[in-house]
Amino acid sequence: MSDPTATSPPPAGVRPLAVVAIAFLVVPLLALGLRTPWSTAATLVTDPVVTQALRLSLTTSVWALAVATVLGLPLAWVLARVSFRGRRLVRALAVLPMVLPPVVGGVALLLAFGRRGLLGAPLEAVTGVTLPFTTAGVVMAEAFVAMPFLVITVESGLRSMDHRYEEAAATLGAGRWTVLTRVTLPLVAPSVAAGMALAWARALGEFGATITFAGNLPGETQTMPLAVYLAVESNREAAHLLSFILLAVSVAVLVRLRDRYLGQP
Amino acid sequence: MTVRRPVIAVVLVLALAGCTGRDGPAEDEVTVLAAASLTDALTEVAAAYEDATPGARVRLAFDGSQRLASQVIGGAPADVFASADAEQMGRVLDAGLVEGAPAPFAYNQLVIAVAPGNPHDIDEVADLREPDMAVVLAAEEVPAGAYTAQVLAQAGVELRPQSRETNVRAVAARVAMGEADAGIVYHSDVVATGDEIEGVDIPPPDNVPVSYVIAALHDAPNPQGAAAFVDFVQSRAAQQLFPPHGLRATVW
Repeated sequence: MSDPTATSPPPAGVRPLAVVAIAFLVVPLLALGLRTPWSTAATLVTDPVVTQALRLSLTTSVWALAVATVLGLPLAWVLARVSFRGRRLVRALAVLPMVLPPVVGGVALLLAFGRRGLLGAPLEAVTGVTLPFTTAGVVMAEAFVAMPFLVITVESGLRSMDHRYEEAAATLGAGRWTVLTRVTLPLVAPSVAAGMALAWARALGEFGATITFAGNLPGETQTMPLAVYLAVESNREAAHLLSFILLAVSVAVLVRLRDRYLGQP
Repeated sequence: MTVRRPVIAVVLVLALAGCTGRDGPAEDEVTVLAAASLTDALTEVAAAYEDATPGARVRLAFDGSQRLASQVIGGAPADVFASADAEQMGRVLDAGLVEGAPAPFAYNQLVIAVAPGNPHDIDEVADLREPDMAVVLAAEEVPAGAYTAQVLAQAGVELRPQSRETNVRAVAARVAMGEADAGIVYHSDVVATGDEIEGVDIPPPDNVPVSYVIAALHDAPNPQGAAAFVDFVQSRAAQQLFPPHGLRATVW
C-alpha cells in the first residue's frame, strides 16, 4: 500500500484551515495546563474530595472496562464472523451508545433499571437490590457508554485480519478453542488493546449517564467528572487540578495507542 | 459540480447570517438569570412584564443560584440576577457586579418531599433517619442544600443521603420518579411538581427562612430594562403572582 503522505501538496487553503483546527483544539488544553494550580497541587491532592473522586473513578472505570470486555468481545466476534438476519441492525444498536447523548443514556438506564424501571422494579421486588445511587450503577452507566468503542475496534480488527492462519491451523488439526487462543487472539491483540484503552478512557470521562442514573455522592458515586462539575463553583482549584489529571490521562492513552485506534492492524 | 456551487454558497451565506454574534439586545430585551425554584413563578411574572411594557422581551435562564453566580462572575451578559440566598448574591456583590442594592422579593420554605399518600409516614426530619429510607438532598453548594444543612443542624439530625443533586428541582424529580423515598425541597417545588409528590411541613424552630434577592447587574447590556424589571418584580402586580406557585410575597 503506497504511503498517502508522499503525494502532491494539498490544495490551497487546506493548510491554514488545518492550523486553525489545531489551534481550536489545542488552545483550551494549553489554557488548562497553564492555569492548573501547581503550587497548591500538593495539598489539593490530599483533599478528600479529590482523593475520593480519583479512587472511585479508577475503580469504576476498571470494572466498567471488565464488563465491556467480557460482553464486548463475544459481541464483536458475532458481528464480524457470524452472519444472521438483522446483523446490521444489531451493529447499529451496539454502536448507538457512542452517538447517543450521555444524559439520554442515563435517562434510558433509569427507565430500565430504576426502582420503577422495566427490569429494576421486579429486581427490587424479588431481591431488594436497587441499582441507582450505587457504585454498581456507576459501573453500569460507564460500561453502557464505553462498550461500543471496544466492540467496533475489535470487530474492525477481526474483519481485517488474515484468515489464512486460522484456516491453516484448522487444517493442521487444531480445535476451535485452540485456534481462538493460539492464533486469532494473538493476531487481533492490537485491536483488542486499542479497544480496551478507548473504552477505559471513555468510561473514566463519563458524566451525563452517571449523574442521571447513579446520582452524585462523594465516595460512592461522585466520580472525577462529577466532582469537577460541582467543584467549579465551590473549590475551583480542585476542579482545575482534577480536570488536568483527566486531560493528562486522555493524552497518555492516545499517545500510547499511536494511531492504532484508526483501525490499522 | 456546477449545480453544487451555488447551493454551497447559499448555505454558507445563511450560516454566516445566523452567526452575527452579539450586536446588542434586540429591541427591549432583558436577560434574567434566576434560581431554579423560581421557574414557574418568574415565567409568569416575565409574561406580565411583557404585557405591561410594550416592546419588551424577557429571556429567562433557570439553574442553581451558585452556577448562575459563577456565570455572572465569569462575564455572562445578563441584566438581572435573582438568587435563592444572600450568599450567592454576595459572591456577585463582592465581584462588584451589582448595580444598586439587592432587594428581597419572595420567600419560600423547606419541606420534606414524599410520595403521594406519604407511604413511609414521615412526620418530621428525624424520621428521615430510618435505615431503609432512600433520601436525596441538594448538594451543599446549592442554596437549597445550604438551607437544608441549617435545618438538619437545628433539628440535630444527621442524614446519609443517597445522592446530592446539583439543583433542587432534581431532588423533587427523584422523589417524583420513585428513585428516592424522600427529599428536602422547597414548598414551591412541591406545588410545581403537582400530584407526583406531597410535602410534609417542617415546623419552626427547625425550619429556616428562605428569601430570594434580586438585583440589576452592573454590566447589563440593557440597564434601563434591568432596572425596570427589578422594580416590576417588587410591584404589587408581580407580587400577587407568587402565592399560587407556593412562594410567599412581600406583605402588602
